[in-house]
Amino acid sequence: MTPTYYLLLSALLFTIGAVGVLVRRNAIVVFMCVELMLNAVNLSLVTFARINGSLSGQIMAFFVMVVAAAEVVIGLAIIMSIFRTRRTASVDDSNLLKY
Amino acid sequence: MNLAAEAHQASGVAGAAWLLLVLPAVGAAVLLLGGRRTDKWGHLLGSGTVIAAFVYGVILFFDTKSLPAEGRVANLHVFDWISVNSLDVEFGLRIDPLSLTFVLLITGVGSLIHIYSIGYMSDDRDRRRFFAYLNLFVSAMLLLVLGNSFVTLYFGWEGVGLASYLLIGWYQGKNFAATAAKKAFLMNRVGDVGLALAIFLMFKNIGSTQYDVVFAEIGKQSTGVVVAIGILLLLGACGKSGQFPLQAWLPDAMAGPTPVSALIHAATMVTAGVYLIARSSPLYSLPQAEDARFVVMIIGAVTLVIGCIIGCAYDDFKKVLAYSTVSQIGYMILAVGLGPAGYALGILHLLTHGFFKAGLFLGAGSVMHGMNDEGDIRRLGGLARKMPITFVTWTLGYLALIGFPFLSGYFSKDAIIAAAFGAHGTRGWVFGGIALLGAGLTAFYMTRLLILVFLGKPRWENLKSEDGRAYHPHESGPTMTIPMIILAVGSVAGGAILSGLLPAWLEPSVGELVETHGPLNHTVVSILTVGISLIGAAIAFAIFGRREQPVTRPQRVSFPVRAARADLYGNHLNEALFSRPGVWLTRFLVFVDNRGVDGLVNGIAAGLGGSSGRLRRLQTGFVRSYALSMLGGSILVIAALLMVRFA
Repeated sequence: MTPTYYLLLSALLFTIGAVGVLVRRNAIVVFMCVELMLNAVNLSLVTFARINGSLSGQIMAFFVMVVAAAEVVIGLAIIMSIFRTRRTASVDDSNLLKY
Repeated sequence: MNLAAEAHQASGVAGAAWLLLVLPAVGAAVLLLGGRRTDKWGHLLGSGTVIAAFVYGVILFFDTKSLPAEGRVANLHVFDWISVNSLDVEFGLRIDPLSLTFVLLITGVGSLIHIYSIGYMSDDRDRRRFFAYLNLFVSAMLLLVLGNSFVTLYFGWEGVGLASYLLIGWYQGKNFAATAAKKAFLMNRVGDVGLALAIFLMFKNIGSTQYDVVFAEIGKQSTGVVVAIGILLLLGACGKSGQFPLQAWLPDAMAGPTPVSALIHAATMVTAGVYLIARSSPLYSLPQAEDARFVVMIIGAVTLVIGCIIGCAYDDFKKVLAYSTVSQIGYMILAVGLGPAGYALGILHLLTHGFFKAGLFLGAGSVMHGMNDEGDIRRLGGLARKMPITFVTWTLGYLALIGFPFLSGYFSKDAIIAAAFGAHGTRGWVFGGIALLGAGLTAFYMTRLLILVFLGKPRWENLKSEDGRAYHPHESGPTMTIPMIILAVGSVAGGAILSGLLPAWLEPSVGELVETHGPLNHTVVSILTVGISLIGAAIAFAIFGRREQPVTRPQRVSFPVRAARADLYGNHLNEALFSRPGVWLTRFLVFVDNRGVDGLVNGIAAGLGGSSGRLRRLQTGFVRSYALSMLGGSILVIAALLMVRFA
């Protein structure tokens, strides 16, 4: 099985994630798209590790996962508090630095 | 040629010469700081300090006189004033015959005028402050004449300027007094700039301004420097002494109280210019300074004629006397411009003038005091019987001024005219002729004044003064008449006594009086002068003495009279030469500042503001548009990297 397919899948996932971030209004969906992009990158990292026969790519993927986990905690908390104050999770409605 | 005697350190009586400055200064300080609490005895303290200074001056005079002629120049170091690296200015006094002569004049006439002011200012509720200013003036004037360097002289010079400003503007509620004070101050500044520049030149070329050093070194300087310093000093003298082209402030200065006019604007301060040039005699006597001296003579001659002509046309008692002062100082400047032949004569005329002009002013003050402050001579007349003492003392001063034989003006003015004829070549004829003409004009306008004020029919009987009161002329009290009597005695006898003694006494300061032998000898000049003065007086009698004079000034007059009433267009000249170009320059600078400098600064600010206003629209606040720009940016960066790597 050629690694090219994995890379293509990774590119596809990344593109879906990027487009999702740009076009969707719901903060939860935007957030999920960000996660999608991160995991697309993880996939390509692991693929390159496999191609080059070195472990550094896999280690980097672990780091990304750890950071992503931390990011999910904070990001969800922020979205929660935004929803509580404005009764909406639309990213377009929160366009002010001070509310 | 070593003109001035070597200076030695002052000791004994002279060691306390600083008392002269401190006494009046303390009086001024107490009166100014003490405020209303000193109202009751302020005038006594003010007069007392000046009289004390006079007494000390007399003691100092006799002490110095007892010394041999070579030992009469003394330096008194008081304290180090400015000491910065190579710049070293000491605060020192120079006690020599010249400064002592002035000390006696200033404190002597000053004492008399202080006493006179007690009576004259008795109705003024701020009399104490008046005496404080007078004391301040006396102190500054004494510093001016006693200082042993040009910098100390400058200090006193500015001090008298300040006192003069304060006193001219004494009636500050009246618009013309405030304006006159400002005018005097500003026109004096023009002259002061000249004096300051002269001092800078001395610092630069000689490194010191102390008289001893400057006069020892000045001979080694180039002709250009000597002439420049000479002319700049003359500019200073012109400002302070009301000489052409800066004469216009002096008549306006008559807005001040009459004792001020007598003390500051007749007897002492305005003669500071003559003092300055006489003090700088070692400089002006140099052969290199020939041109500077020539300019001095021209200024003196022009001024003396201008003063006389304008004096003939004015109807204000004090302003006529003011122009007379301008013209008499013109004589003094002419005299000191003659060089060694004239220094002592200039000082002699200064002293006699100090006596008789102060007396004339005090007489004018006495008349105005008794006539509801009326100064328009056309509204006076026939006052001789009402004010006999004023009339007699004034007439003696008048006779002294026009050079009546054997009164003081006869000795001093005739000597100057004779010396002017003694200048070599055609100069002698020109300057002598002008001085002689001036004597005739002086007799004319003074006689006009005498007739219109004291003789003839009283024109005031059916008139009322500005404030609606009828005139009740009366003789003034003893505090006013006694100083007038003393000054009158001085104007009668002063010339005869001083003319014999003064030249020899001043020799250590200004050098030996060189006798000149012009085409006309002294006797002929005397006869001519007296003759021309008599003709002038006779013409005045013929015009003003025989006919009834109108109460208001005639409006249909010939051109010379109109020109003279307009100060011979002196104000117009100053306005056209200095004032208007100054205004234009200011307007131009304001324009450049508003449009150029401000335009640049405001333009930059507006540009930045405008462009940032446009840039601000980029910040929409929509997260997704930021995300798009991040994506776009990242793609660009990556594309660029790939291009670099694979291209």
